Amino acid sequence: MGARSLKPHYDAVIIGCGMAGLAAGIRMAMYDRSVLIVESHNAPGGLNSFYALEGRKFDVGLHAVTNYVPPGAKGTPLVKLLRQLRLRREDLDLCPQRGSRIAFPGIDLAFDNGFARLGESVAEAFPAEIDGFRALRAHVAAFDPFDDTAPVVSAREVMGRYLRSPVLTDMLLCPILYYGSARENDIDFDQFVILWRSLFEEGFARPHEGVRVVIRALLKRFREAGGERKMKCGVRRLHTDGARVTAVELEDGLTVTADAVLSTAGARETEALWSATDQPAAPEPGRRLSFVETITVLDAQPADLGAEETIIFFNDSERFHYERPAAAVDPRSGVICFPNNYDYGERRLDEGFFRVTALADYDRWAALSPEAYRAEKDAWYPRLQESALRFVPGLDMDTVRAHTRYIDMFTPCTVKRFTRHIEGAVYGAPRKHRDGTTRFDNLFLAGTDQGFLGITGAMLSGISMANRHVLSRR
Amino acid sequence: MTKEECKQVVLEIIEEIAPDEDLEGLSHDVRLRDQLDLDSMDFLDIVMELRKKHGIEVPEEDYPKLASLDSCAEYLTPKFNAVKAGA
Repeated sequence: MGARSLKPHYDAVIIGCGMAGLAAGIRMAMYDRSVLIVESHNAPGGLNSFYALEGRKFDVGLHAVTNYVPPGAKGTPLVKLLRQLRLRREDLDLCPQRGSRIAFPGIDLAFDNGFARLGESVAEAFPAEIDGFRALRAHVAAFDPFDDTAPVVSAREVMGRYLRSPVLTDMLLCPILYYGSARENDIDFDQFVILWRSLFEEGFARPHEGVRVVIRALLKRFREAGGERKMKCGVRRLHTDGARVTAVELEDGLTVTADAVLSTAGARETEALWSATDQPAAPEPGRRLSFVETITVLDAQPADLGAEETIIFFNDSERFHYERPAAAVDPRSGVICFPNNYDYGERRLDEGFFRVTALADYDRWAALSPEAYRAEKDAWYPRLQESALRFVPGLDMDTVRAHTRYIDMFTPCTVKRFTRHIEGAVYGAPRKHRDGTTRFDNLFLAGTDQGFLGITGAMLSGISMANRHVLSRR
Repeated sequence: MTKEECKQVVLEIIEEIAPDEDLEGLSHDVRLRDQLDLDSMDFLDIVMELRKKHGIEVPEEDYPKLASLDSCAEYLTPKFNAVKAGA
């Protein structure tokens, strides 16, 4: 990649080698467009990347590949994605979850892949709400989330037409917001529909070797189709003539031209590449959200220690607060993931992994000196673990401590480093750009700020924007 | 190229873009969409493959002509033969 020289001109330049950029690149290269992907980080994958520390391999973003459906299912996002990228199911090695749970004070909703278990849990815990819940599900099933001409409405507002219980509303929103909302305490209803289907109607899976399996499959397809990529070199500037992007200037000083530029960097992050002024842009509708995650490596399988579930979404308060916290971390709610607890068949992970994700405030983390940053991590790590373990019956802090081999923790600053998203915003800006267009005729957005979320959503975003804005045009 | 050969080419393309579909026993006069799980993304790929592999252009307003195998053969066979004659 490094030594090979670039062409002076490409049919398309894609900014960002994450899931959306790679998927878009594959589509364009498959149909003989000359494509260059540029990526500022050294590793591909963006938010869903991976790293190694002391010989151990870690995933950055991935708890689960959502949208899992069993072989033979028709018409779902996973099936569309495999077709569009000409991948086989086996290429992704998707192993289904063992079972997950939403845990609030005194109430649990268990769910697994396919909808049945969630329906039973709701009927059991909220018998008075079951008719409304079924009607909400029917509304979700009938809704077209891909009609980008429809007005944006609040998911809470729509849910309020069907559900009377604020607790049930919060419980259903907890996984949906954690796995894809860029808005505080709510989500756009079209994205709610996409995530409801991907989490509740379909479900969770994971490749035995984690996210690198997906990235490897995408890189292979992209290379085979003739795509080029340049890593560790971001875009310094997009030159424009007011109507079109005329040239892409890279951080190493090289400049290339392109008929189309597809940016997965984020809407405002992309704007900063062409904007001549340093003036702050118009205020966003709400604050950007980021997370911390603790990762604990255990010398035993979690199931052998008493934790058999795959993912647990927890909240300890009367209401669920999905908002930027006043402190560095908000340990009241979060997501617990045991990546060992997928059905890998005969295989298993060599070590145990216990991950806890919670909301965090980027500004507080970013302001710390290196020493204070380390101290803050050391202080929050046990607090978050302790908070989460209240919702894992069968596993306590002493057991975890006794079996801990290694720990790591990532913060909003880490997310910023991997994604370059402003303020480490995992799901990007609160406002989405669903049709992917910008003020320039040949500059388009894909990925997080276009609005399809999750790992499958990100790839579908790249595919659909490539189809619509590059392949359908002659 | 005959109409039957043309249908074969279309079936090969569908097999490539939707390997999870069973193409045995398709009715030639019934819309493909009604017999197979194909969406607009798949139809875009049929058009793209026709261009890439066979040099055939299908303008967007003609997409409805690809509805069934019979209508594909009706519409595409002259195009195949024109490409051949031009080559």
